[in-house]
Amino acid sequence: MSKRKQYLFGIHADPPKTVAWFYQVAPFLGVLIIYYLISSAYLVANPDGKIFPSFTMMVDRIKEMAFVRDVRTGTFMLWADTFASLCRFGTGILLAAAVGLFLGLNMALFPGMRLIALPFVTSLSIIPTLALLPILLIVFGIGDLAKVALIFLGLTFYIGRDMYTTTREIPKELLVKAQTLGASELALAYRIGLPLVMPRLIDAVRQSLGPAWLFLIASESIASTQGLGYRIFLQRRYLDMATIIPYVAWITLLAFGIDRCLGYARRYLYPWKR
Amino acid sequence: MEALSMDDEESSGLRLSHRLNGRPQGTVRGYKDDGLLEVCAVGKSYAGSGEERVVFQDISFRVARGELVAVVGPSGSGKSTLLRIILGEERPSSGEVLLDGKPLGYPDVRRGIVPQHYGLFPHLSVIENLMLGDRLNHSWFAWRQNDRILRDRAERFLRAADLGEHRHKYPHELSGGQQQRAAVMQALLKDPTIILMDEPFGALDPGTRERMQVFLLSLWEERKKTILFVTHDLEEAVFLAPRIIALSPYERKTNTIGTSRIVYDRVVRNPWQALATESKKDPRFTEIIEAIRDVAFEPDREHQIRNFDDQHSREFNATIGNGNCGDGWGQRE
Repeated sequence: MSKRKQYLFGIHADPPKTVAWFYQVAPFLGVLIIYYLISSAYLVANPDGKIFPSFTMMVDRIKEMAFVRDVRTGTFMLWADTFASLCRFGTGILLAAAVGLFLGLNMALFPGMRLIALPFVTSLSIIPTLALLPILLIVFGIGDLAKVALIFLGLTFYIGRDMYTTTREIPKELLVKAQTLGASELALAYRIGLPLVMPRLIDAVRQSLGPAWLFLIASESIASTQGLGYRIFLQRRYLDMATIIPYVAWITLLAFGIDRCLGYARRYLYPWKR
Repeated sequence: MEALSMDDEESSGLRLSHRLNGRPQGTVRGYKDDGLLEVCAVGKSYAGSGEERVVFQDISFRVARGELVAVVGPSGSGKSTLLRIILGEERPSSGEVLLDGKPLGYPDVRRGIVPQHYGLFPHLSVIENLMLGDRLNHSWFAWRQNDRILRDRAERFLRAADLGEHRHKYPHELSGGQQQRAAVMQALLKDPTIILMDEPFGALDPGTRERMQVFLLSLWEERKKTILFVTHDLEEAVFLAPRIIALSPYERKTNTIGTSRIVYDRVVRNPWQALATESKKDPRFTEIIEAIRDVAFEPDREHQIRNFDDQHSREFNATIGNGNCGDGWGQRE
């Protein structure tokens, strides 16, 4: 056995906690430095260029969008876009989680429901959801409903299948034990099964955040009057990278924040699930 | 261990189906009660790839009220399958199981279960686990109104199992022995007609296991609950149970593994004797184990049943008779 201590790499590596944060930040820092170098070189060659704006240009643009009312709409554009997108995003995810949970739980516990719904849910879960976008736009118009519906359709059946698998994994002993304690069939599903799969539901929603943002941005980019995705694709026409890049970073930050919040909620609400 | 008593539960105004000390001890007179559990000509087979695998056929026995019966047998003898059939988790391929003379269906409150694993609900604290039966059986409002009374009762049960200080912990924060003690109390608190135990101490270390055996015996001596205890550990069975039923899949003539049958069913000691902590000092202890091992666990030995306590066994069998299983066991329509 090698006596040499593994510092960072290797299966026995144990980086000191005092510098662990640096290793976590380093990749982000690296990207920023590389961008800074590229942007500086680009702006020297093209002083009026828009493709690689400097950090100062981006900060100025964001300040303008966040703290100066838009002349046309009278709103703070960044916050209005964020609010519109988060409303669609939240509604779509909440509906998908609720329906997915209901489907998965009942398919797993009730054979009749499984017989009827499982092939249907399985089939729908493998449809490329973005292909449904034109249909939704035609049926629901360009309002919020089509965007919420896209997120809902994209996530419900995935979450439903996940919940189905998770519920099937509940030890049979527990379900039988609950019956011997007097649980009715409904109580078995909603007072025993439901709390047992809730931590996994949060995990499934966390895993769905990426696709959900994808569906939202895609639907907003095609037909919308407000929203983060709409703004990004609108500014693309003007090659306004000073807006697009901060918007993308803002979306990433929002997604990261939501993910962390769900993670904390899971740990706080379900401490029994290690 | 704190004695369990029930003073104030009826004053709750809530109809509690579970009563501690459901039957005064004075009414228990050995095995002279009617048969409580009757397993009548039960068989179980599974359709495999190719031919049907018959686990057992024509298994018949009766368990009297207040009895503690151990079912032993080597791996593959079908003892856990038999327990699942009695529990209602599986349906027998033939025969039927009666409880208080009525056929059994799906799992219900008449049968409590203490499994080897997953005895407690992981998302509930220990006291919530014990209160779960009450919560499941009553509306939220009724349960909230009587929360204090039900909680006090659950706490008394926990203190009786020396778990009072752990009541707010989650199951994963308890040791294996503590978890099983809580699981036993959970089943007991619901006051089922019969408690089924499927190798409940099988995953415990020897020391904890022995303590749990003493704990179970103390409870049984105090409560006289009817218990069917499935184990593959002969020592445990003989130590715990006054009566032992052994299943064996071994075909002695051909020395092969076949369909299981009951090869041993007898009373091995006085069922109502005091806590059997000294059983292991009894000279018959080893003899009993050897006898059962010979007939059930050893395929290549001669069939040698030592005739201990035969007088008692005969009296017992004469007392409980054939009950609802018909004139001849295994021939019920």
